[in-house]
Amino acid sequence: MNDLTYATETAPPPEMDSAKIAKIVTRNVNVYYGDKQALIDVNLDIYEHEVTALIGPSGCGKSTYLRCLNRMNDVIDICRVTGDILLDGQDVYTSDLDVVQLRAQVGMVFQKPNPFPKSIYDNVAYGPRIHGLAQGRAELDTIVQQSLERAGLWKEVQDRLDEPGTGLSGGQQQRLCIARAIAVNPEVILMDEPCSALDPIATARIEELIDELRENYTIVIVTHSMQQAARVSQRTAFFHLGELVEVGETEHIFTNPSDSRTQGYITGRFG
Amino acid sequence: MEDGHIVSSFDEELNRMRSAISRMGGMVEAQLSNAVKAIGRRDDAIARHCLQADAEIDAMEDEVEALTLRMLALRQPVATDLRAILAALRISHDLERMGDYATNVAKRASALNQLPEVGPINGIVRMGQLTHQIATGVLDAYAESDVDKAIAVWERDQEIDQMYTSLFRELLTYMMEDPRNISPCTHLLFVAKNIERIGDHATNIAETVYFQENGTRLEKLRPKGDQTSFAVVTPSDSDES
Repeated sequence: MNDLTYATETAPPPEMDSAKIAKIVTRNVNVYYGDKQALIDVNLDIYEHEVTALIGPSGCGKSTYLRCLNRMNDVIDICRVTGDILLDGQDVYTSDLDVVQLRAQVGMVFQKPNPFPKSIYDNVAYGPRIHGLAQGRAELDTIVQQSLERAGLWKEVQDRLDEPGTGLSGGQQQRLCIARAIAVNPEVILMDEPCSALDPIATARIEELIDELRENYTIVIVTHSMQQAARVSQRTAFFHLGELVEVGETEHIFTNPSDSRTQGYITGRFG
Repeated sequence: MEDGHIVSSFDEELNRMRSAISRMGGMVEAQLSNAVKAIGRRDDAIARHCLQADAEIDAMEDEVEALTLRMLALRQPVATDLRAILAALRISHDLERMGDYATNVAKRASALNQLPEVGPINGIVRMGQLTHQIATGVLDAYAESDVDKAIAVWERDQEIDQMYTSLFRELLTYMMEDPRNISPCTHLLFVAKNIERIGDHATNIAETVYFQENGTRLEKLRPKGDQTSFAVVTPSDSDES
């Protein structure tokens, strides 16, 4: 366990709720791609059972930050991460940590739905199989069904689990990817613009799903849609030029942001 | 003033909204000023003019509402933009009420002109002028986004309240002196009450300006001068006077 005391968030909101449990604590996080610094001293807490939205203009570092949380940046050779990222108090950047296990714990859903070129069933069963989560077919069936139910897709696909996942509509594919992430029992789900390729109805379904998932999971979502951040999140963090400019309750950020840069960005004045 | 929006047509719409409020404010100021003149000068023509002008104020409220509704639906405003739009909507309602009260003052002027001149007309006119100053101040504060000015005006409302309380007592005394005074003095009492209400709506606007600029409510307790809810005048009071 890491019992260091850490500085507070970069920009603590005035009404910080100390009763909330921080699922992920990040302190003094700096990320470099070669010589270029992509994140500068980010201090941010992600609270349990809340949706935290990361907003900011392109290249502000919000996706980079998201990808630090389950070490997706490890796959980029020139990427270097410093600082502390703690999941339930455990440093996720220690060398003896099992990254595969971490990514099961901290699942991810991407911008474009990317189901495996396999059946709907196998898409969901893939994770539990490689992690050995099911003893036998019956148990695997249960996991697949529960995951699809939680992702709000079961009713639509229960009669065609053998059909390829890629044959579903875009919105269904994205929910399939969410089911796939859920199947390995994650605690945190990271979403990188999960609705940007979807129509408004499919988007609304995903947003409704995000709200339901919050009961069991902690969610961090990167979005370019300010309205989406406002609709789905409880907290919003605004990034700009690699810095965390402001973080606070979503309602506060969208009615009365403290920082003029946040103000400029969300009202569409960014010059 | 902030930088403009990337989408400049949004700025144009916001400017149109602000200028609509300013125009509507100007109309309400004129309405109040004319209504008070109609009382002070016993002028029927001005009173009649006020009745027509009220419809124009109502039309302005509809215009502001349509502009704000359109921006809420099409622009999804947040933060300062959202507050500016909410503020305009609220201020237009307050101005519409102020216009109605001023119109009612003008109507009572027509009635009073048919009755003998009694009561503290000068006091009423002074109260109307003070309220007019306060309305002007608060509209300036809106136009200039000046919170300090808004608060200063907001605090002056108690002067109106105090004048109202003293007019209330004075009018009761007139009525006790001679029952024939009851009819004109009752009209004057309502005139004073209407003017006092106009002052209250002006303070609402000051509070809205504060909210628009700061994003928080004006928490201070406003000094209250209206004691008429507790005022009692007994016949012995009127004997003394």
